[in-house]
Parts: sequence; structure tokens; C-alpha cells
Amino acid sequence: MSTAEDSGGTRRKTVGDGAFMQHLRQLSRDQLGMLGLILVLLIVLGAIFADWIVPYDPLKIYAGPRLAPPSWEHWFGTDQLGRDVLSRVIAGGRVALQVAIATLAAALSVGLLLGLIAGYGPRWLDNALLLLFDAVRSFPIIIFALAVVTLIGPSLYTVILVVAITSIPNYARIVRTQTQAMRTNEFILAERAMGAGPARILAIHILPNVIGPLLILASMDVPLVISVEAGLSFLGMGVKPPTPSWGTILNDGYSYIRNSPWPVIAGGIPIILVTLGFTFLGEALRDIFDPKLRKDL
Amino acid sequence: MWIYFLRRTVLAIAIVAIAVTLLRVMIHAVPGDPAVMMLGPRATPALIAEFREKMGLNEPFHVQMVTFFANLLKGDMGTDVFTGRSVTQIVMEQFPYTVELIFTSVGWAALVGIPLGCYSAIRRNTLFDKITGIASVGTISIPSFVMALYALLIFAVGLGWLPAVGAGEGTLGDRLHHLILPSLAVGIPWVGYTARIVRASMLEVLGENHVRMARAFGLPEMRIIFRYALPIAILPTITLLGVGVAYLLSAAVFAEVIFARPGIGSLIVNAVDERNYPIVMGCVLVTTVLIVVATMISDFVNALLDPRAREGL
Repeated sequence: MSTAEDSGGTRRKTVGDGAFMQHLRQLSRDQLGMLGLILVLLIVLGAIFADWIVPYDPLKIYAGPRLAPPSWEHWFGTDQLGRDVLSRVIAGGRVALQVAIATLAAALSVGLLLGLIAGYGPRWLDNALLLLFDAVRSFPIIIFALAVVTLIGPSLYTVILVVAITSIPNYARIVRTQTQAMRTNEFILAERAMGAGPARILAIHILPNVIGPLLILASMDVPLVISVEAGLSFLGMGVKPPTPSWGTILNDGYSYIRNSPWPVIAGGIPIILVTLGFTFLGEALRDIFDPKLRKDL
Repeated sequence: MWIYFLRRTVLAIAIVAIAVTLLRVMIHAVPGDPAVMMLGPRATPALIAEFREKMGLNEPFHVQMVTFFANLLKGDMGTDVFTGRSVTQIVMEQFPYTVELIFTSVGWAALVGIPLGCYSAIRRNTLFDKITGIASVGTISIPSFVMALYALLIFAVGLGWLPAVGAGEGTLGDRLHHLILPSLAVGIPWVGYTARIVRASMLEVLGENHVRMARAFGLPEMRIIFRYALPIAILPTITLLGVGVAYLLSAAVFAEVIFARPGIGSLIVNAVDERNYPIVMGCVLVTTVLIVVATMISDFVNALLDPRAREGL
């Protein structure tokens, strides 16, 4: 419980910038964490400013050489349609981050709500929700995603929907445990004695205390979300061509892997960098803000 | 103890029942006619009507659910839209290939991960330990399909050491030869994960009294490690497997597609392309049951080893 309070939003507000600088200093001492931060910044900035830094139009089909190996004109070579692979890789970062942000926002808000209800509501509701969470957790994520794709067709939204649904139980369970631990706290009992309703207690007193650890966990889930998007796009069940996504670049490259390995190599590198970056950064942040979380993972 | 087993089994059955219901509800919750979706936009009304009749889509929802569960208990998961064959038969034909792949991947994790973790714990804080630590985190987070693609590129296309396509035929040697690359790609994250867990629990065990006593008796270090520490330290990895099956299955889908192996993954990806929903459903069902059973078994093992775990249910 002290865990939740230490990293909760309420305390950070009162301490202000000093704490932030202190955390930053702590992070700068963690070499892997710094490497993670640099990688994440690189990818995020690349995605934001993609339109300005791409050397070529990622969608335009050029009349030049096809499946060309890397050269000074095309650092990562060209794909089977003569498009510049480097430009497509940079633009693909945008899709990856869009999916990650939308998915995590959806999963966090629904998971938070269900977790609060399960943790604070009546026993039967808690049990029913737990059973539901367990049922959803028993779907293998990619296979479940493929089932949903068959029903509603492949698109960016399908990917977001599926990953959000399958990650809701993880967040909800953590929120539930924390809420349950907190509901018998004296300050909550005092609130109740003063006549505060469940909505007020949950929103004003419990929510700020559970949200900190939850955000750290969510940041560690970014690689998972990105790899599911890339994986589905690789299978041709995610982002539709010609939109550049790391998965579609790999999918295009896979067909020509025997003649030209370059697109596959180029499509895999950003996925590796972004997953490593978020993992290293997430682990460092977790150690700084919440060493106790380590046990739950 | 028996009460725990019983309750855990009932819970597992309930989870499967709810998961299956969710899948059925999903088909109905999606806007549009499932028959139209499966047959494609060019289907004639007559064809759609016939299809609806055949798949029982004209019955009210609760009747469909009852029929579905009744059939499921008989092991009948419906019929394939295109060939008219039994879905159970089709899925079960492919299932052994996927199980084979998953088991070999776990084999990699045990074969490489346990020694790595053990050695890291003994040589704690050395360069070897640090590199293993970073490599474990790295392999855990890198998605398996990227691993699979790179493995294919390096060992099959580039070096030509290992076959790139298929599951091999006939002899055991040939089949194993075809398994090496896909199982490596699926298993590498588990090598890292196992190494990490074994290292942590090994460090814990090495600090315990019975190990200190063995040291005090002057037993050789190797004997202490292999006889008294390691057997205890590898126990947590068993419970890991329960959780791991879900991830292994997802990774297996990619490995099967990339290495053109038969199996549930290839089956479902083809079925999705053809919009063959009964097959897709069959695959989801079988894999969900596999995951629930694996989690249950790992809970059982955990309960046998650690009586405290029985209290939770």
C-alpha cells in the first residue's frame, strides 16, 4: 500500500520539480535505462516528425531499381515496388505508436474502471468479474486476434480492439488487488463515516493511489502491443497496404527473402530497437518508482 | 488437498465454458450477417439462406448455444464450410505438429536456460552474469516472429545449414532437423526467461541453511550445486510453463507460417484467409482449452510443492 502512495499522483504534486529532477538523476545512473530512454526518444521523435525526415515519399512507387541492396541513395535498399525502405520504416513508427497509445488508453481506462468495481463492489460481482477476466486471459492473443479479424475484417481498429480486450484483465486485476487492500484503510473508513458515496471515494481517494503503478506497468506493455500489431500486419491481418507498418514491410520482404534479405532486415531492426528501448526504460522506471512491483512480475 | 484439486478443476471448466460463450456472443454481437460475411459479398440470397439453415443460424440464440454446447460435449465442433469435413478431425490432424513444436521449444529453454541461469548465479556479478542478464531481458522482449525471420535469414537462407520449409517426413532425424530452427525461434524468449528465474531462485537457495551446512561439511562445490541447490532452484520454472503456454502458442503461429510448417497456426491463418469461421473457431477452442489445462496443471504442481498456494482458492 505504501507502494501505491509513494508513486501516486497526490504526492508528486506537493513535492514538485525537485522529485522529478531526483528521479531523472537516478535514471541517468542506470546505463541500460538511459539507453532505453534514448531509443524510445529516437523512435517517438522519428514518428512525430516522420513527414519531415523521410528521404522519399514512403508510398510513392519509384521507377528506379526494385529490391535494390542498400546504397547511398537508399540506405535500407528498395522494396519489390521500388519504394524506399528507410522511408517506410520511419513512417511505420507512426502506425506503431498510434496503435500503442490508443490501445493502452482504452485498456487502461476500462481496466481501471472494472478493477475499481471488482475491488470495491459486492463479493458476487467481484467473483463474476474475476471469472470473466480469467476467461479472457485464457485466449491465446494472436489466435484470438485472428478470430476477430475473420469476423470484422483486418484493420488498425481491429488490432487496437483485440489487444485492448486481452490486456484489460491484467490491469483490472492489479487495480482490484490494490483497491481491496485500500478499502479497509482508516482514511477511507473516515470518508465513509462522513457520508461519502462509493463514487466519490473511488474517484478522489482510491484512483490517485492506484494509477501510478498502473502507468508503469502500462509503459512496460508497449513492446507487447507493438509486436502484436507488427505480427498481425506481418500475417496480412493488421494494417492494410500500402500503409507502411513494420509488419507489412516484413510481410513484403518475406516473399522475396531468398533474393533480397534487405527489407526483412530493415523491417525487423526498428521492432527490436523499440521493444528493447521500452523494456530497458520500463525496468529502470520500475526500479526507481516502485521496487516492490518487481515481485508481481 | 483433494478438495483443492476438485475446486480448481471446476473453476477450469467454468473458465472454458465462459470463454466459449464469449466467442459465440462475439459472432452475434458483430454487426452484419455472419452468413454473408463467410460467403463473401457475391453470395446469392438462395445460397445465404441455405447456409444459414445448415449452420443453424436461423434458430434463436439460446437454442444455438444449447446445441453448440451439446455438440461440443460430444467432441463435435461443427463442419468445415468448404469441404464438409468435421472440424474436430481437421484441427486434431494439425494439433500434434503444434504440440511437438511447443515441447521442443520448452526443451531449448530447459537445455540452455537452466545452465545459463545456474552459472550466472554461481558467478554472480561477473561480466558473464551481466551479459546474460541483458541478453535475457533482450530475448524476452523481442517478438518471436522477428526472431524467426532472422533465424530463417541467417541459418537457412544465408548459411544454408538448416532446412527452411516444412516439417520433414518419415525419419525422426529428418523431423528433428526441421524442428531446430522453428523451435529455437519460439523458445529463445523462454531461454532468457528461464535463465532469469533460475538465477533468482538459485541465489535464494544458495543462501539457505542446508547449503551453508553442506559447505561447512566441506562437500565439493559441484556436489552442493547439483545435488542440493539446483533441484530446488528449478522448481519455480515448472509453474512458469502454465502461464507460458499462451505465449508459446502465439509464437508457434508465426513460426509455422514463416517456416511453412503444418500445425494449428498455419491452419488458422489459412482459414482466416478463406473466412472459414468454423475452422477458426475450432482452433481458438482447442488452444484455449490447452491453455486452461496447462494453467491448471501448473497450479496443481504448485499446490503439491507449496501448501500455501492451496489457500488461495
